[in-house]
Amino acid sequence: MKQTLITLVEDKPGVLNRIASLFRRRNFNIESLVVGHSETPGVSRMTIVADEKDAHKRGNIYFNLLKLVNVVAVKDVSNLPCVSRECLLVKVTIGPDELNSLNTITKQFGARIVDMGAETAIVEAVDEEETINEFVEALEPFNITELTRTGKIVMRCGKTHRVSGTRINTQPDDIMWSPEQVSSYH
Amino acid sequence: MDEKPKKLTGAEIVWECLIREGVEVVFGYPGGAILPTYDAFNKYRDKVHHVLVRHEQGATHMADGFARASGKVGVAMATSGPGATNMITGLATAMMDSSPIVCITGQVPTAVIGSDAFQETDIIGATIPVTKHSYLVMKVAELASTIREAFFVARTGRPGPVLIDLPKDVQNAVTEFKYPDAPIDLPGYHLPKETSDEYIGQFVQMVDDAEKPLIFAGHGVLLSNACKEVMNLAQKSSIPIATTLLGIGGVPDSHPLVLGMMGMHGEAWVNKAIQDADLLIACGMRFDDRVTGNLKTYSPNSKKIHIEIDASEINKNVQVDLAVHADLATVLRQVTPRLENRERKEWRKTISGWRQESKVRDVQSFESDSLLGAQAIRRIWEGTNGKALIISDVGQHQMLEAQYYEHDDPRTLITSGGLGTMGFSLPAAIGASFHEKQREIWVVVGDGGIQMTIMELATAVQENVNINIAIINNGYLGMVRQWQQMFYDARYAETPISSPDYVKLAEAYGMSGHRVDKLDEIIPTMKKAQKQEGPTLIEFVVEQNDMVYPMVPAGADLHDMITRPDPSFMGNGEKKEKERIK
Repeated sequence: MKQTLITLVEDKPGVLNRIASLFRRRNFNIESLVVGHSETPGVSRMTIVADEKDAHKRGNIYFNLLKLVNVVAVKDVSNLPCVSRECLLVKVTIGPDELNSLNTITKQFGARIVDMGAETAIVEAVDEEETINEFVEALEPFNITELTRTGKIVMRCGKTHRVSGTRINTQPDDIMWSPEQVSSYH
Repeated sequence: MDEKPKKLTGAEIVWECLIREGVEVVFGYPGGAILPTYDAFNKYRDKVHHVLVRHEQGATHMADGFARASGKVGVAMATSGPGATNMITGLATAMMDSSPIVCITGQVPTAVIGSDAFQETDIIGATIPVTKHSYLVMKVAELASTIREAFFVARTGRPGPVLIDLPKDVQNAVTEFKYPDAPIDLPGYHLPKETSDEYIGQFVQMVDDAEKPLIFAGHGVLLSNACKEVMNLAQKSSIPIATTLLGIGGVPDSHPLVLGMMGMHGEAWVNKAIQDADLLIACGMRFDDRVTGNLKTYSPNSKKIHIEIDASEINKNVQVDLAVHADLATVLRQVTPRLENRERKEWRKTISGWRQESKVRDVQSFESDSLLGAQAIRRIWEGTNGKALIISDVGQHQMLEAQYYEHDDPRTLITSGGLGTMGFSLPAAIGASFHEKQREIWVVVGDGGIQMTIMELATAVQENVNINIAIINNGYLGMVRQWQQMFYDARYAETPISSPDYVKLAEAYGMSGHRVDKLDEIIPTMKKAQKQEGPTLIEFVVEQNDMVYPMVPAGADLHDMITRPDPSFMGNGEKKEKERIK
């Protein structure tokens, strides 16, 4: 499974540079990285997805991120219940007889057409990564001329919540925000 | 602090802040973009001493040497562009060896940043991988708090280099100056808190349960001022201690529990003990590949405790059973009183046995027509009563120093361990000499390394620093040559290296120079040098074909050591040695 890290950073020049430099220098692979504002002014929130399976190396990524002076907190949510979303924009060329089937597929996936040109349409989808993958696959019969994905953003679910009728107790909220739990992580 | 705010330029604020941080000496080199700060220096000459170096790399090594000798933050200053890029090697050296330095670089004015202006370099971008942290100061109002923060970051936690890039217009801008005294607000800077009793309990249990434990003393022992605490731990439970290269001096070499250095050129009995141990207590070290050899076969039967202030070092190379993310001295003070008193006679006897075996092969007892590097180092040890501050460079002489100079006091060996920076020693010694006024200071350097930063001889003479430079000259880049001999079938590609006449060179620079090539000349020549005020140089002409033993080849198992062959090879040199290796 991919490693997903919510990272809160000070909103200062060069911080993205420091994170990117760290991943390159330590030979960690970034799958996606999304940056934007958080609920706190002056603090940006990054969602970093790393492609690393080895548990020790995952810990290494976590602690190296946390070591950066501008990184306020890191949370590894790879194994925690989260709401996870990715946004997709895709432009397809469509002939007059294809519009119906595009409409059907789009509706089926809860996506929407946001632009109609003479020969093209832009479709927008916001969903979990896997669903976006399936949607893109479903669009393959059309001629895809442009495609862009934002990468994943995630948010922890409430402390206790229902998934398909089963109550799941999640871990306390403070786990792994700070470097206190070295041993518990590894 | 009861200060009235006053109007100052950014340049003046730099010096005001340095003085408040307790800085007494700055190593630097002026230039266009740092001119305002140098101009302001004229007003502060009586409070801060500036050392004009001959190359900015030297300035960073001097700051580093000063920091390692004193435990304080060293400061280097340079201009933008080439001045700043020349500092990169020094920053990387300090980063690898956790040395607290602050480098201040001039930068082109804010209005032209990004325009490829004359002598512009994105030095922040270039140094992100080799600094602990860095700052580009865009507003003079933020200058004082930035400098204060930079010093704080450099010296706390795991120390390291911090760079402050200072545009010329910010140096010229005027603002009201008051040195901040509010607590430093760094929400992302996590220093370890107290270790829970649970971990301490586990720690104690593991030590009490062990039959064949070993303590590893790394650089962290010195950085955490935990020398006494480590010895207390060792003595309470009779645990032998092995050191890393940078851990040398943290524990007294003459103490019966102290075994010596571990790793690639560590003592055979130390590496044997590591492979045989059932518990390793790693104190402030990072399991470098030069220490572990092949990780798959590394100390296979031991449990491992790792006490380390930098959490990202834990489980990086070696997976441990108990990780304690904490300040070393604090943790050991909690652990030691709870330990059982143990004697561990059998374990210590086993190690002593291995030690005796190795002693027989010691090069000291060899008869040789030419002077051997190891003998030269041993004489330097005798001639300084083992009490000197040694700054060694990188290569064969560095390993020989680690093996044959016994250090009994903390901070008496300074060397570039992690980065292995040739040319480090001379400037680092100049830097260290601004702190160390009691001990005599000896640079131990090869003929390759000295020629990399030889221009700093001028700085040594200009400052009349009391350092003695021992050049161990074997006419080769010796360690590279050793690898060529062992692993490249003695094809010596570009390792023979010529030298100037060092005696004449010393005289040309205005210092005294001597040359020795016989064992019994060493002490009398040293005496001459020791009597002299200011820098002196002694060239030791040593055997060209000698090698450093024992050696664990890179990536080999730690117990798979190449030990010193029969002494008769010394006479007809390489040929016999080559045969042996085949």
